[in-house]
Amino acid sequence: MKFKSIRMRQLKRNRHFGRWIPALFMLVVLGACSASGSQAEQEEADSNLKAGNVVQYTNESTEIAVEPPPLTDGIFPCNDCHSDIVPNPQRRELVDFHDDISAIFNHDSENRWCLDCHDMNNRDSLRLASGKLLSFEESYKLCGQCHGEKLRDWKVGVHGKRIGEWNGKKEYLLCVHCHNPHSPKFESMTPEPPPVRQEDIKIYEPKNQENDEEK
Amino acid sequence: MKKSNSRRSFLKNISLASASALALSGCSLKELEKFFQKNFRTLSEKEKKQLIEELEAEYKEKYHKEFHLSDKPAMDGTLFGYALDISRCIGCRKCVYACVEENNQSREPQIHWIQVLQMEKEKGIDFVHSDVHYNPETVPEEGHFYLPVQCQQCRTPQCTTVCPVKATWQEPDGIVVVDYNWCIGCRYCMAACPYGARHFNWGKPEIPEEEINTEMHYLGNRPRMKGVVEKCTFCIQRVREGRYPACVEICPVGARKFGNLLDPNSEIRYILENKRVLVLKEELNTQPKFYYFFGV
Repeated sequence: MKFKSIRMRQLKRNRHFGRWIPALFMLVVLGACSASGSQAEQEEADSNLKAGNVVQYTNESTEIAVEPPPLTDGIFPCNDCHSDIVPNPQRRELVDFHDDISAIFNHDSENRWCLDCHDMNNRDSLRLASGKLLSFEESYKLCGQCHGEKLRDWKVGVHGKRIGEWNGKKEYLLCVHCHNPHSPKFESMTPEPPPVRQEDIKIYEPKNQENDEEK
Repeated sequence: MKKSNSRRSFLKNISLASASALALSGCSLKELEKFFQKNFRTLSEKEKKQLIEELEAEYKEKYHKEFHLSDKPAMDGTLFGYALDISRCIGCRKCVYACVEENNQSREPQIHWIQVLQMEKEKGIDFVHSDVHYNPETVPEEGHFYLPVQCQQCRTPQCTTVCPVKATWQEPDGIVVVDYNWCIGCRYCMAACPYGARHFNWGKPEIPEEEINTEMHYLGNRPRMKGVVEKCTFCIQRVREGRYPACVEICPVGARKFGNLLDPNSEIRYILENKRVLVLKEELNTQPKFYYFFGV
């Protein structure tokens, strides 16, 4: 039948084209790889990693944390002290050391204490509920266990502060740069001075000689 | 004697009078040229270049610093949008002063492009009962929220349509700008703006030499003169170089978001698509590109 033969021809043509599809796909993939992972960017990211900063890759741009996590001076690595101390898994209020943290602790304090986030055996690590250990640079993953919605917003740049380029490289802050993990409520601050009231703006008084001359 | 009051004689007299006035006032040729300078949009590339060189030299003489004055046009495929998280803003006013420094606003008499309004949570967004002069020990104050207002960069700006000399217009990337040299100071735009976002230099603007920002844009933060109107330009000198505006970068709570509305992957598009968003005075059909949202 004539109709059938046309259809067959079409099918054949399609099959012929079909052979090209994987090749085209490969080209696209290769192109994308070379575009996103340019060597300079990679090197920069690596050097940041070495410096202890946090690097994140999104669809197109590399995002780099402004600073490493704000640990108290001289407190890290924790194992300097803790390797000599036998861990005590008993939930209690700390009195001899870290009492400053105990005093301000206000982060679901009814149900949680140190070892819910800090690993008992390796104090240089944080610990997810799953038992997985995390470095302090990745603390946002720990926060995200409970605050999943905030983590999602933070990843897309809606929660938290970013600086840099609106269409390029951005620098972001970790959760703990703004929120004390032991007492996460954002601290209130002194406001900058209010604007001068309109009635107090004096523009007709000569302030100096130049203004005098202008009149 | 026949009194000569024809149009011809009037014109003759007036031109004679103005010529002699010019000669008497000791007006230099340069100032004359400046007086007759064309609207920025009608300048050729060559004229722009020359004008910028002159201005840079003028600023250098006045402030004793090297200046970079840009006239960079809008990038293709950009329409700038802004979003402010009302649920985050704590009213610290850091944005107000970062803006003053970045955009060379007059310190004396004081001009602020950003007004942070304190509102009562009970009343909601209520401009009449809002307070811009709040000054407690610490912010945020119990029972209040804060609404910073600046130029809303409307899609249908009323301020530009009322300008009798076309000294203010909307750029292709959506930023409403002012040609300070072309502005005649009639302040119609200020009357037309429903957000109080435009400010007039009633006095000679004063900026301390050590505080002046030397990275400038012709349509943005170059020093203004007495008698012209100015306003927020989304930091045109920064955003056209790809950077965030100064207020975005200073905000300690990360309430301020900025991006390209035409880029579906931008932060601003994410907010518009996923958060509860509002614009101010929607009923006026100004169609702002400045959105407020609730991030919580």
